[in-house]
Amino acid sequence: MTSSALALGDVLAANGEGFEAPGLGEFYPETIASFSVLGVDFEITRITLILWIATLALVVFLYLASRNAKIVPSKLQFVGETGYSLVRDGIARDVVGPRGLPFAPFLASLFFFILANNLMAIIPFAQISPMSKFAFPLVLAAICWVLYIYIGIREQGVGRYFKDILFLPGVPKPMYILVTPIEILQNFVVRPFTLAVRLFANMFAGHMLLVVFSLGAVYLFQVGNYSVIFGPVSALMAIVMTFFELLVIFLQAYVFTVLMGTYLNGSIEAEH
Amino acid sequence: MLIWAAEEEHNPLLPPLGEIIIGLIAFAIVLFVMFKFVAPQFEKAFVARRDAIEGGIERAEAMQAEAKAALEQYRAQLAEARTEAAQIRDAARAEGQQIIEELRAQAQEESARILARGEEQLASSRQQVVNELRGQIGTLAVDLAGRVVGESLADDARRSGTVDRFLDDLDGMTATSSDGRGGSSVYVPQDAR
Repeated sequence: MTSSALALGDVLAANGEGFEAPGLGEFYPETIASFSVLGVDFEITRITLILWIATLALVVFLYLASRNAKIVPSKLQFVGETGYSLVRDGIARDVVGPRGLPFAPFLASLFFFILANNLMAIIPFAQISPMSKFAFPLVLAAICWVLYIYIGIREQGVGRYFKDILFLPGVPKPMYILVTPIEILQNFVVRPFTLAVRLFANMFAGHMLLVVFSLGAVYLFQVGNYSVIFGPVSALMAIVMTFFELLVIFLQAYVFTVLMGTYLNGSIEAEH
Repeated sequence: MLIWAAEEEHNPLLPPLGEIIIGLIAFAIVLFVMFKFVAPQFEKAFVARRDAIEGGIERAEAMQAEAKAALEQYRAQLAEARTEAAQIRDAARAEGQQIIEELRAQAQEESARILARGEEQLASSRQQVVNELRGQIGTLAVDLAGRVVGESLADDARRSGTVDRFLDDLDGMTATSSDGRGGSSVYVPQDAR
């Protein structure tokens, strides 16, 4: 039983008692298996499975697309290459800068990983993105955070990098009282946090919208009074929202990667 | 009421460590595959594609240059051949002219020689005739005069050279007259001076 199916059961069971809106429980499906390694508890839920399916599908796709990459690409290679080029040329080269090409594989991994997981939000039977679990965007944001700080130190040196952040060049001295705390907050807290939360919240909200409209449609068809006429509206909204979700899926994967690109650009190029 | 219970249990912004580790592992796998297989293959394809395009252009340019060089060479050769032909023609013409000149000179020389010899022969035969005639005329005149006079004057006339002198005078007379015929019955050759 999926969590949505569980919620659906609740909706059907609640017949006559009013509509039970789906809640956070959507994101906490029952545990399929659990184990503990070195004191860390692992709970395998259907979201975990979806994550692995998405990751496996992505890896297989990328491997097949890039295997025997030729001058004249096959259809699969063309699809993979288009995505890779989008990140390589559009972000690594144009956003990060002339020295950004070595980051292309990392940025492409980020883009494809988020995209593959996000796509699960509208794939039938999965219909939830692992990115709507905060843990996964957080992991990606944390990796990005570590990476852009490390690159900043490597490219500019410890002193220079932190000095430029603490004391933004070209700012009048008294303004440092205001600017320095903001810059510290911005560079070390807000950036990774917004990166993670933006992705998480978008996928979370998208899933909630789809579930509410879908279950709402089911409920409205079930109630058996005049509100049945609103059932098709709700169903239509669920379909419209699915297309909207498709847009959000691509957009969020791209935005996350582009923002990481600008952070890397700030780390590589000395002037802010 | 299960949902509410779940909500109280979980804070969506505080994920369990297990999930974080699983996320890390999944992303690490994607990173590994990307760095190990995907990116190098795609980069290789990009490089190969760029090389193919640039190489194609370069090859085309080289071919064009080669064709141009060949054309220039042919043109130069053609011009060379043309000037050579013109030279040969000029030389042949000059040679022909020279041959004609030579032949003409030779012919002129020959004709002059033939003419000279003819003249010479003519002159010598005339001289011979004149000498013969002179002798005969002298003898005849003396004989005639002797017959008229009745005595032989031959020895005397020969002795004194009268006949010869007369004949010389006669020669001089014919030379001064406009045409060799006037007043004299003596034969005078046409081309005598």
